[in-house]
Amino acid sequence: MALSYEKVIEKYEPVLGLEVHVELGTKSKMFCGCSTEFGAAPNTQVCPVCLGLPGALPAVNGKAIEYTIAIGLALNCSIAPFSRFARKNYFYPDMPKNFQTSQYDEPICFGGFLDVKIDTDEGVKEYRVEIERVHMEEDTGKSLHMGGATGRIHGADYSLLDYNRAGIPLVEIVTKPLTGTGKYAPEVARAYVSELRDILRSLGVSDVKMEQGSLRCDANVSLRLIGAEKLGTRSETKNVNSLRSVERAVRSEMIRHAGILDKGERVIQETRHFHEDTGETTPGRSKEQAEDYRYFPEPDLVPVAPAADWIEKIRGSLPEKPSVRRKRIQEEWQVPDKEMAAMINADVLDQVEETVKLGADPTRARSWWLGEIARLANEREVPAASLPITAKDVAEVVALIVRGELTDKLARQVVEGVINNEGRPSEIIEKRGIKVVSDDSALLQAIEKAIAAQPDVAEKVRGGHIPAAGALIGAVMKETKGQADAAKVRELLLKHLGQG
Amino acid sequence: MSKISRDDVANLARLARIEMTPAELDHLSSELSVILDAVARVQEVAGKDVPPTSHPLPITNVFRADENRPSLTPEQALSGAPAQEEQRFKVPQILGEE
Amino acid sequence: MIYEKSATEMATALETGEISAVELTKAHLDRIAAVDGEVKAFLYVDSEGALAQAKEVDQRRKAGEKLSPLAGVPLALKDVMVQQGVPTTCGSKMLEGWRPPYDSTVVSRLKAAGVIILGKTNMDEFAMGSSTENSAYFPTHNPWDLTRIPGGSGGGSSASLAAFEAPLAIGTDTGGSIRQPAAVTGTVGVKPTYGGVSRYGLVAFSSSLDQAGPCARNVLDAAYLHEVIGGYDPMDSTSINAPIPPVVAAAKNASVKGMKIGVIKELQGDGYQAGVLKRFNESLEELAKLGAEIVEVSCPNFEYALAAYYLIAPSECSSNLARFDAMRYGIRVGEGSAEEVMNATREVGFGKEVKRRIILGTYALSSGYYDAYYGSAQKVRTLISRDFENAFTKADVLVSPTAPTTAFKIGEKSNDPIAMYLNDIATIPTNLAGVCGISIPSGLAEEDGLPAGFQIMAGAMKDERLYQVGAALEAALNSKWGAPILSKAPKLGAK
Repeated sequence: MALSYEKVIEKYEPVLGLEVHVELGTKSKMFCGCSTEFGAAPNTQVCPVCLGLPGALPAVNGKAIEYTIAIGLALNCSIAPFSRFARKNYFYPDMPKNFQTSQYDEPICFGGFLDVKIDTDEGVKEYRVEIERVHMEEDTGKSLHMGGATGRIHGADYSLLDYNRAGIPLVEIVTKPLTGTGKYAPEVARAYVSELRDILRSLGVSDVKMEQGSLRCDANVSLRLIGAEKLGTRSETKNVNSLRSVERAVRSEMIRHAGILDKGERVIQETRHFHEDTGETTPGRSKEQAEDYRYFPEPDLVPVAPAADWIEKIRGSLPEKPSVRRKRIQEEWQVPDKEMAAMINADVLDQVEETVKLGADPTRARSWWLGEIARLANEREVPAASLPITAKDVAEVVALIVRGELTDKLARQVVEGVINNEGRPSEIIEKRGIKVVSDDSALLQAIEKAIAAQPDVAEKVRGGHIPAAGALIGAVMKETKGQADAAKVRELLLKHLGQG
Repeated sequence: MSKISRDDVANLARLARIEMTPAELDHLSSELSVILDAVARVQEVAGKDVPPTSHPLPITNVFRADENRPSLTPEQALSGAPAQEEQRFKVPQILGEE
Repeated sequence: MIYEKSATEMATALETGEISAVELTKAHLDRIAAVDGEVKAFLYVDSEGALAQAKEVDQRRKAGEKLSPLAGVPLALKDVMVQQGVPTTCGSKMLEGWRPPYDSTVVSRLKAAGVIILGKTNMDEFAMGSSTENSAYFPTHNPWDLTRIPGGSGGGSSASLAAFEAPLAIGTDTGGSIRQPAAVTGTVGVKPTYGGVSRYGLVAFSSSLDQAGPCARNVLDAAYLHEVIGGYDPMDSTSINAPIPPVVAAAKNASVKGMKIGVIKELQGDGYQAGVLKRFNESLEELAKLGAEIVEVSCPNFEYALAAYYLIAPSECSSNLARFDAMRYGIRVGEGSAEEVMNATREVGFGKEVKRRIILGTYALSSGYYDAYYGSAQKVRTLISRDFENAFTKADVLVSPTAPTTAFKIGEKSNDPIAMYLNDIATIPTNLAGVCGISIPSGLAEEDGLPAGFQIMAGAMKDERLYQVGAALEAALNSKWGAPILSKAPKLGAK
């Protein structure tokens, strides 16, 4: 029987450590000129370097260094005047050289912080997450596990390897142990990853798509008795691939650890895997017999010693910080706190801002993204931002509503159509024959038909009983298949019955 | 005298992914002990004040422009593969996950 | 015979139309067919590719194109250098049958210069060894005495030169693998400054020490080859972005008048064969006669070089050779999981010496031992560089015997790794410091009548000094002997 979360936090204090891997959005790979485009046919974006062929040598992508420095600066880090690449040696078939070119004791950025806010019942709370280091490394290839019953690694007969992803630049951002979050640990973890993602996106260094794996989070969790000094044994939950999962994985690990500790048992230091479906983790590789990575300086690459003026140039070109931007937007649009938080939570701020830029008024833009679109996203269990609807589509729909060419109800049909990949709004309106019936004569015809069908109701309205008009309006709307503007129908109907 | 036990060699062979016969392990453990004794001499002069050299020449900041260069064709990439399927390298079952 | 000429002479014959590249190539292929059964310098002879290349050079020449000085001259390529479509094994079973899908930079440059690549030469597996006995295929025999080793790891390249199978060869030198084979076969071998010749496509043994370089039968030929393969390459991040030192000009302007030549005190005496030392001292006398000033210099930390080398090179090789895992190329052995197949393949695919060094390197890098072994070795590296810097303030070049002994018998040292490692005692310091060195013949040792080598070392990117001093000494010795040393070698193919 699992402990309740309340019981866990009564007794234990969680300590978090978050490692985020980001694939940089460079055109070419970290050490060779192969394309980084996602989704290409297998082994079409490989060369002697990223396949680790005998004799091939790496050459550092300067853009990747620039991006890494930008990330470090945005996270308030110091930039090392001298750093080196190192080889991390271990065997794994998805890693062509059987070592990963990474950084060890000389990361390019170190010692930063990121402040994050969470919305709680006790009001907005702010936490400072300290950053240990930001370093560069390369991604691995991808394996498909074939045969066996499950298609998963266990029980597979063999694997098929595609090295297109091998060598894509990765930046790893590692926090210091984060304490003092208490019961809000899961929310703080999520807020940190979310804020980090916003920063990375604002820097334009990555497309930060968690669902495609371009941003991946490993969550280290340990518990200690409240008041204790010594850190507990941690587990490392790998590749948690959505914001929601970060929060769930931390909470689930806290509950699991507490269960073990309460029984007087020992938490095993190990890698665990989070399962979206069950919301729980299962053990991966045990680290009891620690792998010895035999790090040493990469002899094929020379040290990185960024000049001070280069660093300052990068600092000078950093964009507005997401937190500053949010504050600015909230003030400009006069958005209430709750709604601001809702937009951030649904991760649609960029979309709303873009929609406003394209001419929609902030209130309408917001209500579409937080209303209908968010609802449809929820139904499909995907983030709103990943739906096939763009700010341009929403701006177009809003403009049509403002011009009276769409009713809210029709607009919802259009939006749904866009999300169902039926085309852009104009195409859907055309295809589905959606248009507002604003032609008075057509409406009058429908009104007369409704009156003829329900003469008694019409009589009541004529007699001054206005609420009875609802039934007639409903009939008109039905007759016009919802394509009429209800307000207009009401106006015409009342006028027709001598009540206008 | 440095002493490398048979178990030490077995562990090193595991790290290096080399399956060694018991005879090889025995032979290497005695041989490595001798070699290590000889090379341990480096410690005599490796004082704290001596910086290590990882690169023979003091070059720094060699960067490549972020430009695409032609990749191999998949046929070339897979030309040396012991086994392949669906334009991918076919490898025996992988145990354990990284 | 045409194949006995120097590369420079062959180039002239080609230019004047006295011979075509196809004819010259055929002459060498015939020579290989005649003598390589005894010498066994080649792992693979690419007759078809060589003749196609030669035909193209002839056409270009006929069309009046301006060709590079060595266009049409044949060359033997050490099998550690990747050549597209041509088997590249590094002397290992691990890569049996592998045909690389790309060219190394050295090969691209050779092809661009019209140098004809005859084939791939034998070597100690993955360049680990000093005798070419560690080749997984067969040992190579020294043309001076077929019962002896041709040096290593590049014994195939040095033997092919001494056997007149090729006038030029490419070697790679991690601790002496170009210079020591040159010394024991009476040929010339140059280890350029680290970063002077691109390593792209050179299958790595020890990345921070490996350096490809020219091998030839005389200093000027080596200089021409150096200018073909040298120079900056963006594919190798450790390549030096500067013009190639003017080595051909230096070889032609071979004066040592007024130069200071530093004899390294620590690289002679105990462990050096008497006949080798005698020829070394005679060479010094020749240089003095030519107007050089001979000074003695001390490099006290050189005595730690061998130890540092046998930590750094195995450490780097343990990582460099990890990629040979039966997943993407090379042989695959055994059944079961990927890990089991890797283990079985690496057991079978690697030879004894390679496994020994991988295990040693794995140990030296492992946590808890890194500082004591790999870390300390890197510090020794710093000390050796300082010794060189200090010595170069007192002398323009430094000299020593290249190898402590002449060629030993095949099998004589195969069971004593430490005795084998001592072959490289005089050549290793240059690799550790990244400076350059050359070996030229100093004569035949009295006791066994076998060639001895004279090593000249110069500072980083001062490669031209090697050629300047080397060519001067070579000319003096040749006139003393009346002919180049190789003319004294026994005739092969007589049977």
